[in-house]
Amino acid sequence: MPAVHGGERRWEAEAAPGMAAARPLALLVLLVLGPGGWGFADPPRDSLREELVITPLPSGDVAATFQFRTRWDSELQREGVSHYRLFPKALGQLISKYSLRELHLSFTQGFWRTRYWGPPFLQAPSDTDHYFLRYAVLPREVVCTENLTPWKKLLPCSSKAGLSVLLKADRLFHTSYHSQAVHIRPVCRNAHCTSISWELRQTLSVVFDAFITGQGKKDWSLFRMFSRTLTEPCPLASESRVYVDITSYNQDNETLEVNPLPTTTYQDVILGTRKTYAVYDLHDTAIINNSRNLNLQLKWKKPPENEAPPVPFLHAQRYVSGYGLQKGELSTLLYNTHPYRAFPVLLLDTVPWYLRLYVHTLTITSKGKENKPSYIHYQPAQDRLQPHLLEMLIQLPANSVTKVSIQFERALLKWTEYTPDPNHGFYVSPSVLSALVPSMVAAKPVDWEESPLFNSLFPVSDGSNYFVRLYTEPLLVNLPTPDFSMPYNVICLTCTVVAVCYGSFYNLLTRTFRIEEPSTGGLAKRLANLIRRARGVPPL
Amino acid sequence: MLTNAGRGPLGAGCLGFSASGVGRAPVSVSSASVGPPVTPEVVRGKRAALFFAAVAIVLGLPLWWKTTETYRASLPYSEISELNALQLRLRVPVTVVFTRESVPLDDQEKLPFTVVREREIPLKYKMKIKCRFQKAYRRAFDHEEEALSSGNVQEAEAMLTVPQEQAEGSLTMYVISERSSLLPQDTMSYIGPKRTAVVRGIMHREAFNIIGRRIIQVAQAMSLTEDVLAAALADHLPEDKWSSDKRRPLKSSLGYEITFSLLNPDPKSHSVHWDIEGAVRQYVQPFLNALSAAGNFSVDSQILYYAMLGVNPRFDPTSSSYYLDTHSLPHVINPVESRLGSSAASLYPVLNFLLYVPELAHSPLYIQDKDGAPVATNAFHSPRWGGIMVYNVDSKAYNASELPVRVEVDMVRVMEVFLAQLRLLFGIAQPQVPPKCLLSGPKSEGLMTWELDRLLWARSVENLATATTTLTSLAQLLGKISNIVIKDDVASEVYSAVAAVQKAAEELASGHLASAFVASQEAVMSSERAFFDPSLLHLLYFPDDQKFAIYIPLFLPMAVPILLSLVKIFLETRKSWKNLEKTD
Repeated sequence: MPAVHGGERRWEAEAAPGMAAARPLALLVLLVLGPGGWGFADPPRDSLREELVITPLPSGDVAATFQFRTRWDSELQREGVSHYRLFPKALGQLISKYSLRELHLSFTQGFWRTRYWGPPFLQAPSDTDHYFLRYAVLPREVVCTENLTPWKKLLPCSSKAGLSVLLKADRLFHTSYHSQAVHIRPVCRNAHCTSISWELRQTLSVVFDAFITGQGKKDWSLFRMFSRTLTEPCPLASESRVYVDITSYNQDNETLEVNPLPTTTYQDVILGTRKTYAVYDLHDTAIINNSRNLNLQLKWKKPPENEAPPVPFLHAQRYVSGYGLQKGELSTLLYNTHPYRAFPVLLLDTVPWYLRLYVHTLTITSKGKENKPSYIHYQPAQDRLQPHLLEMLIQLPANSVTKVSIQFERALLKWTEYTPDPNHGFYVSPSVLSALVPSMVAAKPVDWEESPLFNSLFPVSDGSNYFVRLYTEPLLVNLPTPDFSMPYNVICLTCTVVAVCYGSFYNLLTRTFRIEEPSTGGLAKRLANLIRRARGVPPL
Repeated sequence: MLTNAGRGPLGAGCLGFSASGVGRAPVSVSSASVGPPVTPEVVRGKRAALFFAAVAIVLGLPLWWKTTETYRASLPYSEISELNALQLRLRVPVTVVFTRESVPLDDQEKLPFTVVREREIPLKYKMKIKCRFQKAYRRAFDHEEEALSSGNVQEAEAMLTVPQEQAEGSLTMYVISERSSLLPQDTMSYIGPKRTAVVRGIMHREAFNIIGRRIIQVAQAMSLTEDVLAAALADHLPEDKWSSDKRRPLKSSLGYEITFSLLNPDPKSHSVHWDIEGAVRQYVQPFLNALSAAGNFSVDSQILYYAMLGVNPRFDPTSSSYYLDTHSLPHVINPVESRLGSSAASLYPVLNFLLYVPELAHSPLYIQDKDGAPVATNAFHSPRWGGIMVYNVDSKAYNASELPVRVEVDMVRVMEVFLAQLRLLFGIAQPQVPPKCLLSGPKSEGLMTWELDRLLWARSVENLATATTTLTSLAQLLGKISNIVIKDDVASEVYSAVAAVQKAAEELASGHLASAFVASQEAVMSSERAFFDPSLLHLLYFPDDQKFAIYIPLFLPMAVPILLSLVKIFLETRKSWKNLEKTD
């Protein structure tokens, strides 16, 4: 059986594997539960910042990342009266009722192609201990408009003003990648961290296929992408900004042109490379008042050359191999393309219990040699209760491919445990890679409250590294499926056999046997005698 | 299931025989019996056939039936049907205390004695509800005499109620002298905030009768009247004049969530601030504490921006203001409701109170009543849902500063309206006060103790009615659909619900309101748990005809030879009997 990628098998695309765009559907929940309650309450203040980052990707597509961040300087009381202003009540109640410490929930459709699009702006929940963590993935869940609507309702300005007017469902789901998320976590209220505020970050990233929507041109505008333009800032937001990545790679400012011209630009080291952003502040009255709306446009003066995009330092790939329905092998390929620096990667795998892992077959090889992980945590699965959990810290040598493989056996499920279409296969959640990737340019640590929101998504530990978290493709594994009509067939067959036996038995017992006198013969005998007489032979 | 097939009659051990003569079996039987001589061989065949038939019918069919039937635990069907004819006697213990000079001296000497007055409450409901005032007469103690001789009713009240707390549902009436100055001259009675009332006595030959009537009037106002019960049973009564406007109170539940929402559709023009924490602490929480016997309450609040009403208000050029008509009010709620959000933390019913600050373009906004006059409170409520109040920004504020205007909400004005609506939604209506009766001012919590008692009476009756209806329909459903599995835990819930209903009825009859209310809540909970148990649905979609269809390959070949040989034997026997008659 060939390697089956969850990403490349869709129901309707089965006949043409590889042709359809990679599009796994993923729902990710990350919960941290624990005792709640911090300190005492100040008069609660809350603030809202909203931000949109538009990044033209190396492949010619356009990525847009929305972020809405509500910060609430209040501890959420566990009991009694609770009063909400900008922070949504539904989520606040969840925190106080279940004493949540942290919550990350994301709905994703499509797959971020790190190899071609570069590292994503993904949320990095730092300093969480895995022992207190609840982590779950539903790879089969379909994300659609009905997931977007409640997400939009959590925004203070709903979709009536500010950046959220761009969130039009029919455009957002007509994209090659769509990921919406809710991140709740406590943050320090001040530098000494004497008290805690709650931060709600709602993020939405989409990747527009610029070639398809733009008739082959790589130019884009807000209206072309979202079929809306920006008209006014959200009056509740203290900050409402649009950033456009205008970094030119060949030191030549003539390649692209943004319209209207930005009043300010912002330069920083983002994901290890130096980037330049054009900044549009919606609170700046000059930007909107000129034409009552803001329709950002980007034109390429020279079409960007179709050379291979810069390969990110870390990317990964995962597949299932093996044949038959008994055994198989899970393989993960980790690429470190840095020319001279090795760095460690934390690999987290959760595998459902019905794939029984053979841990002794775990092999990790890089450059043809065995690579011994410096840390392994393995928690075996319990049937129907918990999946396998495998966590490893692996050092990736410079400029290498590391292959992590482990064999498994497919278990038989109870016949009521199969999904309605078991021949579709069962999804295995993606593995999670957390790494400190060396950056190309040294970066300074930033003050989170001052810098743009997207900058705080990948905290820089020291100047030379940045933190990144990647997810591999989800896998689709076939399990042996029984014939579900079997119980009825067995009943019917057994009934027939019993009836046949019964018939002969009944026959034997109730029949009266008589010795029958030989009769004078039948028609055949008479015919034979007639012929014999004609021949002159004596009759029988 | 699989082993059932093998348990057919004589199924075991039959595999040793060759399967040759299935179709011929009946034929050979007939050919055998047609023959004229009755040999021992023929008799043996006949006996064998009869034996087969007997085993199949006596052993096989019951075995098959037993092994393929669904499990149904036994239920108290007869007791459930008896619940429908349940007679509810609501006993209200009334202690009547006579002071000196309240009634003639001869009458006082007859004390103490007890008078019971029972009255049926006429409701078109299958349960007969009887209200029973049990009056126990006694003379006043010395400290009571002293208290009631004071000049002020509030003072007397304070002195009287401190020593002893009265049980829930009971009432104490003090009969004072005709000329006492405790009450104002022309008032005949006074209803206090706790469970006490004062009635003026009379010096008359028929004093007991006259005072008795007054006492009953006051006691009814303080406890049970038809409309209170009719409102409580509104869901169970047929549609008529009672039910149409009585469907206001919330259904009885273990707890309630109260959400205050400030709707600001125009945050560009208005920056609205409300001190909801203070208002809840000061006004709502004391009221809910007083109500806490009726359920658990949780309160929260939120501010929603860009939440619009569903209708466009009508502009009135003469007053340059906007109006919402009465008939458009029902359409106001729906679009707002989608923004309110559901509660993530509990499953209790939610009461919404919305404070709507109209957008600048639609200010000021007034609600019109049926006659077209603006409603004084500028608020309306929706039964079982909550209330909406429109809060107009003072037009002077716009001149002073530029947008957005800072608006500080006057919480006293708002909470007055919301608390009144809250009382209505809980079914705490104004009592029907008898003539010449003085009603005490409200307590600081906004709820009088006897009002709470009245609520508990109504809720107990409502709970009993709900539990009875649930149990009856569950019994009907289970009786009608025969392949619903009834597990033991469902059955035990049904038993405990029936027991709780009976207990609540007994407690009501003996006047223990608090325990009756608790028992009635248990009855509702158990009956609902039984009714909504998911195990009831397990085999619902596996009808009986499929069961028969699956076993047809067994039944058909088995039944045909048996039936044919039985018919043959029957015919032969009749023939031989006729032959016997002929020879006789």
